[in-house]
Formats: sequence, C-alpha cells, structure tokens
Amino acid sequence: MEPFDWLLEPLRSGIDRRALLEVALVGGFCGALGFWIVTERLTYAAESLSHGLLPGLVLAALAGAPLLLGAAGGAVAAAVLLALAGRDERIGPDTGTAVAVTGLVGLGALLALEPDAPPRLEELLFGDPLGVSDGDLAAAAALLVAGGAALAALHRPLAAVAFDPPGAAAAGLRPALVRIALLVLLASAIAVAVRGLGALLVLAALVAPPVAVRRHVRTPAGAMVGGGALAVAAGLTGIELSFHAGTAAGASVALALCAAAAVGAVGRRSRRSPRPH
Amino acid sequence: MTGGGGTGAVAVLADGLAAGYGAEPVLRDVSFAVAPGRSVCVLGPNGGGKTTLFRVLIGELRPAAGRARVAGRPAYVAQTERTRLDFPVSARDVALMGALARGRWWLPAGRQERAAADAALERVGLAAEGDVRFGELSGGQRQRALLARALVQDAAVLILDEPLAGVDPASAALIGDVFDELRAAGRTVLVSSHDVESARGFDRVLCLHGRQVAFGPPAEVLDRETLEATYGREMIVLRDGGPARAVTVQHHDHAHGEHEGA
Repeated sequence: MEPFDWLLEPLRSGIDRRALLEVALVGGFCGALGFWIVTERLTYAAESLSHGLLPGLVLAALAGAPLLLGAAGGAVAAAVLLALAGRDERIGPDTGTAVAVTGLVGLGALLALEPDAPPRLEELLFGDPLGVSDGDLAAAAALLVAGGAALAALHRPLAAVAFDPPGAAAAGLRPALVRIALLVLLASAIAVAVRGLGALLVLAALVAPPVAVRRHVRTPAGAMVGGGALAVAAGLTGIELSFHAGTAAGASVALALCAAAAVGAVGRRSRRSPRPH
Repeated sequence: MTGGGGTGAVAVLADGLAAGYGAEPVLRDVSFAVAPGRSVCVLGPNGGGKTTLFRVLIGELRPAAGRARVAGRPAYVAQTERTRLDFPVSARDVALMGALARGRWWLPAGRQERAAADAALERVGLAAEGDVRFGELSGGQRQRALLARALVQDAAVLILDEPLAGVDPASAALIGDVFDELRAAGRTVLVSSHDVESARGFDRVLCLHGRQVAFGPPAEVLDRETLEATYGREMIVLRDGGPARAVTVQHHDHAHGEHEGA
C-alpha cells in the first residue's frame, strides 16, 4: 500500500471521518484558546473545571440527555463550587479547589458505577471521538466559528491585560471583565471538547499546543494560529494512530498532543540575542 | 473609580483618601489637589503607598475611604518589572496598547493608530526598535516603550511609577526631555521617585509614608524634618566634612539618592 493511501485509509470509514472532523474542529479552537489560558496561568482552573463537570456528564448519560447539555450544566455547577471552595483563606485556594474537584470526581464515579447505570464511565472519563453524533459535530463547528470570532474581537484587550493589567485599566479596559470573558470561552471549549476527549484528557487540547509553540513564536496571533494548527495536526495524528494500531482514540489524540508539547518545549527557541542593559 | 468631568480647574484630586488590599488600609489621610499643567513628584519609602495611590487614581483599586478624581482618563507607566517580559509583543505593539483608550477595542489597530504609535516611538528614541520584542529591550528601552504607550493614549494626566528606576543615563535623559515637553504642553504629570534631589525640579512634592506626610512646593516640603518623617530609617544623614547630605536607602537596584540636608 502506498503511504498516501495508508494515511487516507481512515477517511474511508464514516466513523473515523467524523472523528477526524471532530478533533480538527475542537483542536483548532482549543489550540488557539490555550495560549491565553497558559498566559493567564489558568491551567489549574481549566483542569479543575474539566474534571469537576463529570457529575453533569454522568447525570446526562443516566437521563439519556445530550452529553453537551450535561457538560454545560456540570461546568456551571463546578465553576460555582470551585469559586466558593477557593475563597476559604484558612486552607488556601489550591487546597479548597483540590478537595472540591476530588469530591466532584468521586460523585461522578459513584453515580456512574451504580448497578443500574449504563456502562459509559470509561467514555466519559477518556472520551470517544469515534462516537460523536451530528449534534456533537455541529457544536464543535459552532465553537470554532463563534469562539474564534470572540477570540479575534478580544485579541487586543487580552494582550493588553496579559501584558500589564494596571496599564490596561488605565487605558479604560476592565481586566476582571476580560478574564471573565476568557473563562466563559474556556468553559464553552471544555463543554464541547469533553465529548471527544473525556473529562480527564480534554486538558491536553488546551495546554499542550501553547506549550509546543510558545518558544517558537513572536506574537500572540502567531501563538494562536500555531497552537490551533498544531492541535489539528496532533489530533489527526492521534486518530491515524488509533485506526492503524487499534488504540483508544481519545487517549491516542491526547498522547499525540502531549508528544508535540514535549518536542516543542525542548526545541530550539526563536529569539534574538538579549540587548545590553 | 476615577472619572472625567466635574473637577473644574483641578486635574487630580484626593480627598480623605484611604486604600489598601485587605481589612487594613496601607494608605490613609491623603488629601491634595493638583491644578492642570502642574508636575508632582511623589516621594516615599517602599511600601509607603505610592503605587497604591496610583492604582486608585487609574481606577484599578477602589478607595477604602474618601474619594479620588482625575480629569479624563489618565495614562499610566508602570514599573517595568511589573510587566510580563515573557509575553510575545514588540515595542510597537506596546505603544499601540495606548490606542485602546479611544475605544473600538474589538477592531484591529487602524492606520492612524499605527502612525501614532510610530510617532510616539520616535519621540522616545525607539524608532529603530519598533519590531524588537519588549522582553529583549534593555531596561531603559522598556521604560521608554511604556512611555510611548502613554503618549499614544494622549491623556491630559500622566502617572508614572518610578520611571527612572534602573534606567541607563541615555534613557533617563530622553525620558526627562519628554517630561519637559509634556509639562510645556500643559499636561499634568505625577511621578513617583526615590530621588529626593530631582524632586526639587517639580511644581509640587507629595510625601507618603502610609499616610500623607506633606504636600506643597519643594521649597516648603523638602526639609529634613519632613524627609525623616517620610523615610524614617530608610534615610541616613551623612556628615563628611561638607554640608550634611541625606541619603535615602533604596531598593529594586536603584542608585542611592542624595540631597542637601536642611
């Protein structure tokens, strides 16, 4: 078999074709958004949110409701609980968040392991890009278009706030509102992407691309475009790997993303020599 | 929150102002008024409340008590170490951030805004460094890029937090020239500093040490009693044969500032 045919082989399967489209759409947006998540040091918040929405996913699965609905509801509930837990100054925000996330994951597992529950816990934790529906693909496409438009519109405020919050405030921006807008985009991305990558692996689509490209770009726009493109490439690689090696699709995509991050993080940095003081 | 109209002939006003970050204010009892076109040097030790006052004036921090008013939206030049040096933006990108004060933040920067940014970079001597990444500029060049951002904002009031700290002599001279131009153009300029001697060149001096110690013309404020109340143990009086000199102990790698003792 020719190498090109070998690569295109998954496209002959309708299931794998949909999986490729899903990871391309979701990866394109998450890879771009991830630059701002990492820049604003929201990685732990992203991880907490993605794990904490598990009870919402399980309840949706038990009720036979769309998983997107469960993910969205779970994300909102988790965000409120995490915000409250993080406010306890006696134990610190990290500890409060960790306890709340562990509790939410435990609750989700408890619900999913009920004798009467359908056997879908594995899919909810690790994702199933091969099982995406038309609705999932439509949600992913809407995320890419609407989220991408929001990122384009917020580009200058996000850059000003990330660079110098007081300077941005003096220029008339509201840094807190800009960060809230970023968190809304993050919650939307997680709610959509969790279908393909699961509550435990979705973070890879958000964090691995910016880690991979950050040392090799000179502008935020370059980081977003590069991150999005890399996430798409890694996602497609993961589906190829899954198809040919028979590995779990969601885990294969996450591993491809993390491998790209490892390569990018150790690669040669694109920069000029520091100037004399 | 700082605000626009209603301040009459006052460009900057603080009235019974107190501010802080927790239950206890770190700055209290601040009351002063600055007329348009005046320059003010804000003196005080580290932790004395200079940056806190500025954060209130730019609207980033709410007063715990009292009020603060600024005519129009002020431009702010932060200490360079408070910016993200690892953030991938060029000197021109930083200057362009000043154009956000004109609104329309959702649109890409237009031709006029880019022209304003280039003109500001030229004014601070960074015309050739417009494409250089901010984190790769020298300390003095970074400070000038932040000053260019303030110039693009074209504000009536400029607030600069220790703009000469750790700056090379060439950059300090360029920044000083821009100050003079701004004052000649009738802009109100508030500058925090540890350099007691340079404070004599301003119209007014505001001394802070967790509260307002003094406010007035340099000739009235810069006496030994006021400076000791302002700096406390951070001021050392040297007697080395000549006139007594006061040296303020400074941090952030600042050079020591000296002034003639009263």
